[in-house]
Amino acid sequence: MDFRADQIERYSRHILLQDIGVEGQEKISNGKVLVIGAGGLGAPVLLYLAAAGVGRLGVIDGDVVDVSNLQRQVIHFTPDVGKPKVLSAKEKIEQINPDVEVVAYHEFFTADNAFDLISGYDFIVDGTDNFPVKFLINDACVLGGKPFSHGGILRFEGQTLTHLPGTACYRCAFHSPPPPNAVPTCSQAGVLGAIAGMLGTIQAAEALKFLTGTGDLLTNRLLSFQAKSMHFRTVTIRKNPHCPVCGEHPVITGLHEAEQAACELKKR
Amino acid sequence: MATYQLDITREHCPMTFVKTKIELAKLKAGDTLEVLLSEGEPLENVPRTSQEQGYHVLGVEPAGEKIYKVIIQK
Ligand SMILES: [Zn+2]
Repeated sequence: MDFRADQIERYSRHILLQDIGVEGQEKISNGKVLVIGAGGLGAPVLLYLAAAGVGRLGVIDGDVVDVSNLQRQVIHFTPDVGKPKVLSAKEKIEQINPDVEVVAYHEFFTADNAFDLISGYDFIVDGTDNFPVKFLINDACVLGGKPFSHGGILRFEGQTLTHLPGTACYRCAFHSPPPPNAVPTCSQAGVLGAIAGMLGTIQAAEALKFLTGTGDLLTNRLLSFQAKSMHFRTVTIRKNPHCPVCGEHPVITGLHEAEQAACELKKR
Repeated sequence: MATYQLDITREHCPMTFVKTKIELAKLKAGDTLEVLLSEGEPLENVPRTSQEQGYHVLGVEPAGEKIYKVIIQK
């Protein structure tokens, strides 16, 4: 792949890095990443992956932009209120970097569309805000053999791990979703807007590290932070032989529709 | 083992080394690249950074007024 003169300038700070260089930027430019959710986490992930020149960015979200999103979902602007989030995100990505092919799916990630959606991508980013879908993403990626980044934020806290085929999965660490209403979603409990950026940019960095084969991914490790004290910690997680999806005797061998998220039940 | 030429006398940091890396990426291991660059910052930084990133600087020689030729092997 020969970069144009403007691309050499655009990606010069990647090309300068010994661990990335021309070859790494080519891998980024040929990479395909699916971002599930164009909200608090998806926004920074999409902005940075677009700026980095990821070849194809898929973005799936069935919601429209609400004024309450603007405090943290920095890819959406005030005039976008009422617009599908995927359309708003696609417009920004194309302005940041016309080299990126954006595939916008104005729907939710479900047991029915999961395998079809992930099959066209090298790496998946979980940018959703509720537990049932996080487990669905985990199961789809484990069963489909896809690497992915899990991310979650609530109040002042965030956590993330990266899964590659054969490494510990989200269910190895967290067996199953908490019962509906046992745990508030970030839209119920509140969230400091900036921590969406803190966590989402970690996920974007993991995606770029994966595409370029650089460094050590957050596999078999869970990174969490508490922004009030600004303490970060990383704990080792092990592939669990009793894991219901990736263990020795898996009981989850197909996908099941995620239960209603807590805040969706409340809205009724 | 082929030898290639690159003129970065009109470039400024960091595009001097970016352009050098772009050319080096096209070479096969063992090929050499002769880079024409200006004295001062480019002469101080391009050979040093090339070494740091694992290329071999075989020589630096004057190549005109305030211009130098740096020979880098991949
Ligand atoms: Zn597991």
